[in-house]
Amino acid sequence: MTLIDLANPSRFLTLAGRILPWLVAITALVLAIGLYKSAVAPDDYQQGATVKIMFIHVPNAWLSMFVWGVMSIAALGTLVWRHPLADVAAKTAAPIGAAFTFLALLTGSLWGRPMWGTYWEWDARLTSVLILFLMYLGLMALWRAVEDPSRAARAAAVLTLVGSVNIPIIKFSVDWWNTLHQPASVIRMGGSTLDRAFLIPLVVMAIGFTLLFLTLHIAAMRNEILRRRVRTLQMLQASKSAA
Amino acid sequence: MTLGPYATFIVTSYVSVATVVAALIIWVIADYRRQKARLRGLEAAGAIRRSGRSAAEVQ
Repeated sequence: MTLIDLANPSRFLTLAGRILPWLVAITALVLAIGLYKSAVAPDDYQQGATVKIMFIHVPNAWLSMFVWGVMSIAALGTLVWRHPLADVAAKTAAPIGAAFTFLALLTGSLWGRPMWGTYWEWDARLTSVLILFLMYLGLMALWRAVEDPSRAARAAAVLTLVGSVNIPIIKFSVDWWNTLHQPASVIRMGGSTLDRAFLIPLVVMAIGFTLLFLTLHIAAMRNEILRRRVRTLQMLQASKSAA
Repeated sequence: MTLGPYATFIVTSYVSVATVVAALIIWVIADYRRQKARLRGLEAAGAIRRSGRSAAEVQ
């Protein structure tokens, strides 16, 4: 089966039905291992037990940017290749990305209070992530505001691509500006600075959350395809009634 | 496992993540059931796809 075959919504539904049970099981297993490893991880010599917040904060922060990346690729699919599933992929990723971004902000704030002495600081990293969260909400509002799905898809795709400028700003904000947020310690030139006792649970949790996103996204895409079929059938029925 | 003086912040973080993830899972499952029910309702009312295949038939 080639990639273009998957562009067919019916084939996608068949494939989703086959892989979702496996994906749910693998996601649950990886998250369970990650949570166990997070629970038994030692306290940090400076942060104490609050280092455990890192195991959920970092995966959510990573996904807040990764999901926008997925939406940007889907936006290209909508604008350039007019891929039938591209808009479905982008539209259904937005609320999931918004939820992960909200969790990154919330857990970061709850980690910041004991470590920095404040829940919030208008520094470059925190502010750029807040802007990302607002952009997710704006995109979701745009999809709902425009009644014609193809016009909504094109407008949302343009906004997504424009908004993708914010992703490198978030990533490099801690290097470009003097921020309260710590610089990158996992994905950086020269390798991770984290001790293995923290790195392993963090990587397992990051994989688990990424699998969670994949599972939720495929399930949400399946729902959106069904929603579009409902809409088509309602329009067919209405045109029959009118005739 | 002892969480020390900042246990409230740690527990609130984990509970918040669990709550939002649970809400996402419930939303996806409920939406799937709603769309399937709507499709079955439409097919029962005589609406059929141009291909003639059932729209509610999803593996």
